[in-house]
Amino acid sequence: MTQRLPLVIFAALMAVIPFVPGVPPFWIVLLDNIGLAALVAMGLVLLTGVGGLTSFGQAAFCGFGAYTTAVLTTAYGLSPWLTLPLSLLVSGIAAVLLGLVTVRLSGHYLPLGTIAWGIGLFYLFSKLEFLGRNDGISGIPPLSIGSLKMLRPDTIYFAIWIAVLISALLTMNLLDSRTGRAIRALRRGHIAAEAFGVQTPRAKLLVFIYAAVLAGLSGWLYAHFQRAANPTPFGAQAGIEYLFIAVVGGAGYVWGAVLGAGLVVILKEILQSYLPYIFGGQSQLETIVFGILLVSLLQLAPTGVWPWLMARLPFTPGRKQPDPSLTLPPRARAPATPSALLHVEGARKQFGGVIAVNDVSFDVQAREIVALIGPNGAGKSTTFNLITGVLTTTSGTISVLGNKVDNAPPQEVVKLGVSRTFQHVKLVPDMTVLENVAIGAHLRGNSGAISSMFRLDRTDEARLLAEAARQIERVGLGGQIDQLAGSLSLGQQRIVEIARALCADPILLLLDEPAAGLRHMEKQRLAALLRQLRDGGMSVLLVEHDMGFVMDLADRIVVLDFGTKIAEGTPGAIKTNPDVIKAYLGAAA
Amino acid sequence: MLFLLQDGITNGAIYALLGLALVLVFAVTRVILIPQGEFVTYGGLSYAMLATGQVPGTVRLAVAMGLVAFGLDLFVARKSLRLRQVARSAALNIAFPGALLALTYSLAGPRTPIAVNIALALLIVAAIGLFLYRIAFQPIAHTSVLVLLIASVGCHLALQGLGLVFFGAEGLRGPVLSNAALTVGPLRFTGQSIAVYGLTVAFIVGLWLFFGFTLMGKALRATAVNRLGARLVGIRTTLSGQIAFLLASTIGAISGILIVPITTLYYDTGFLIGLKGFIAAIIGGLVSYPLTAVAAILVGIVEAFSSFYASNFKEVIVFTLILPVLVLRSLAAPAVDEEKD
Repeated sequence: MTQRLPLVIFAALMAVIPFVPGVPPFWIVLLDNIGLAALVAMGLVLLTGVGGLTSFGQAAFCGFGAYTTAVLTTAYGLSPWLTLPLSLLVSGIAAVLLGLVTVRLSGHYLPLGTIAWGIGLFYLFSKLEFLGRNDGISGIPPLSIGSLKMLRPDTIYFAIWIAVLISALLTMNLLDSRTGRAIRALRRGHIAAEAFGVQTPRAKLLVFIYAAVLAGLSGWLYAHFQRAANPTPFGAQAGIEYLFIAVVGGAGYVWGAVLGAGLVVILKEILQSYLPYIFGGQSQLETIVFGILLVSLLQLAPTGVWPWLMARLPFTPGRKQPDPSLTLPPRARAPATPSALLHVEGARKQFGGVIAVNDVSFDVQAREIVALIGPNGAGKSTTFNLITGVLTTTSGTISVLGNKVDNAPPQEVVKLGVSRTFQHVKLVPDMTVLENVAIGAHLRGNSGAISSMFRLDRTDEARLLAEAARQIERVGLGGQIDQLAGSLSLGQQRIVEIARALCADPILLLLDEPAAGLRHMEKQRLAALLRQLRDGGMSVLLVEHDMGFVMDLADRIVVLDFGTKIAEGTPGAIKTNPDVIKAYLGAAA
Repeated sequence: MLFLLQDGITNGAIYALLGLALVLVFAVTRVILIPQGEFVTYGGLSYAMLATGQVPGTVRLAVAMGLVAFGLDLFVARKSLRLRQVARSAALNIAFPGALLALTYSLAGPRTPIAVNIALALLIVAAIGLFLYRIAFQPIAHTSVLVLLIASVGCHLALQGLGLVFFGAEGLRGPVLSNAALTVGPLRFTGQSIAVYGLTVAFIVGLWLFFGFTLMGKALRATAVNRLGARLVGIRTTLSGQIAFLLASTIGAISGILIVPITTLYYDTGFLIGLKGFIAAIIGGLVSYPLTAVAAILVGIVEAFSSFYASNFKEVIVFTLILPVLVLRSLAAPAVDEEKD
């Protein structure tokens, strides 16, 4: 309940404002506009700040919401309350159609695409006969409850701000859940999230739709607030402004959207009313100042105002500790077959003319630690990527418990019980250790976005977090559980990756240079942990350069050189193998 | 039919020029240059104003931006100020736009030759482009494509607003470069459209030669791929960025000067023209010059035909054109690409 306290105070404050005597009606209009902008910006926070998908086209989704209700209430006489779900639905469907096309785009193609369809839709709104062309649609009925008609700014004020508060609550709930963690992992690239079963295209489409529905809600409110809809507020300029609001407030923070909306709407008002006094009657001066402010803000405070404010708070918001008594059921296993746990047969990977992995074959049996060693560039990490589905093989077969996994997507491989760590650490630096590790348990939960938004996922969520906490304890990072992953040393981050991999309840653990950056004592503890895991029934395949560590730990060693397997055997045999010595020390040795 | 095609190709050639500039800037600095359209309007309208004997406000903007750039240079180097460095910065940021200002005021008049007006308009916009990079993008050159894109949108807003201040809400038209005309069969080629074709082809070939065969061009490409690596081998990455912006703003201004006699330009026309260049650049994947040029001509032709058959939905059709392209791009996009920020 204490976490909700600031929200309750804020809601109470907003509820009181219209009743304070002496508040100019003009302020209420401003607050209405702030609320409308905050709704759209909140969607952008999720889409851009959290999910890393920049959209300049959100204003078009407001247009879908506004025009849907405008047409249905004026031409067909539907009640505004009936058109609310329809407005949201239309925005959502538009988002599905546009999203299917755009969210798969990488990097900068996405924002460019959103600019293009944002402008295209603007022209469509302004040319379609039944939307009233450039004049738009007027005479939209006001919202009403019983006999109360929300005609005045101070009555619709409540509708707008209730919508803002509910949306903020739902958005925060969503972010603090299994689905939310998947969304938050998107910005740092797909590979790590997909390695733990996150369907990244689906997660991206989800945030895209969510943001569009929030924009549609804002458009619906706008139509009934202005009681008219015309194309101008849904054009490219408005889309840019919404993004500006999100960036000003702090693109990663739900309350940043509200703060940003407040700052920008008020600033715009001030600029519009005072600039003409200073510079004469020229219009559009505010866009100049706006543009310059946007550029300077990016140079001086790229993270926005909200995090800057939060860092100055005298206290830090605490968080609930996971209940250690909860446990997750172990994952269902693929039926065991007599074949090897992992079977690699003639795996080959070519990048153009370079053969990174050249017909490599080896097995990993149950309860075995196998090390993959070789000089730099020998193809060890590429082999890992082939096994886990990050890369597709050029030829050869890879199977896990008899199931072929070459060219299977990473999400399928992890379902079979293969989880991994990365040579270059792939954690989300602005998430806590606990949250990062909980991503590993993604496949062991089943709550979706809707149940998270309404907090129906709490038992599932508590179990996931308890499991994550247990794995963190197991690797010995219990003291750092609430720290941001980005604040740990590189060695510790590698250990966090191991905890995350363990969270997936694997039968085969792939570790890419787990001991790099660790001190001697830490290496010994890691070795002890890996032995303990093996004795518990897990197999480990690891790439490592520390020979002492490998020779001590591994049951078997596979040696690669220039993509080709040159030796395989027990540590003792490998140490004396002339080919291995040659590969490591050169011919003269 | 044929005249539609001809009209489309003429417009397409302009889009191609802009598309090339966008590809150039993106390839070197990773900035998606939304203000490219403003370079077009600034170039075209400055030229049109000079032609009527007035001094365009853009030259004062160039001086102001030069002052800011000089201030930034001083601020960045405040710990280790050396006279030579300061003198060089002052020459580039103060003396150059100052001289331009003096030149414009002394030369501007109703009887100034067209060539002088063109040269002045080009120099003014080139200076603005150069300073724009120094002020807005150089300090954040290391950040992600996204941050650069948002900054680019900010520049667009500011420059478009200033455009209204300088040129007013009324549109302007400029005098044609040449009154010559040539009739081939049913088609009439004006000197203007021939200049458009000629310059487009010249720029495509020129850029191709520059990037493919000169050390400077290769250095610029290296900067795009890996800034740090380029610096380590001795390439001055800020210089690369400045050159890219200089080229882009010059190309934009040339496009503006080429179209202002054909169509009336308004202070905000550039944005739409620039975006059409964008569509071409995106089709070209933001990397390929020839593909961009072909795509731009395609955009021009689609636009000409749709304005004839469905004039109301011309813009809708042109901007929807991008969607199938994006679908193809996303199908062809490499599965593995990790964002680094």
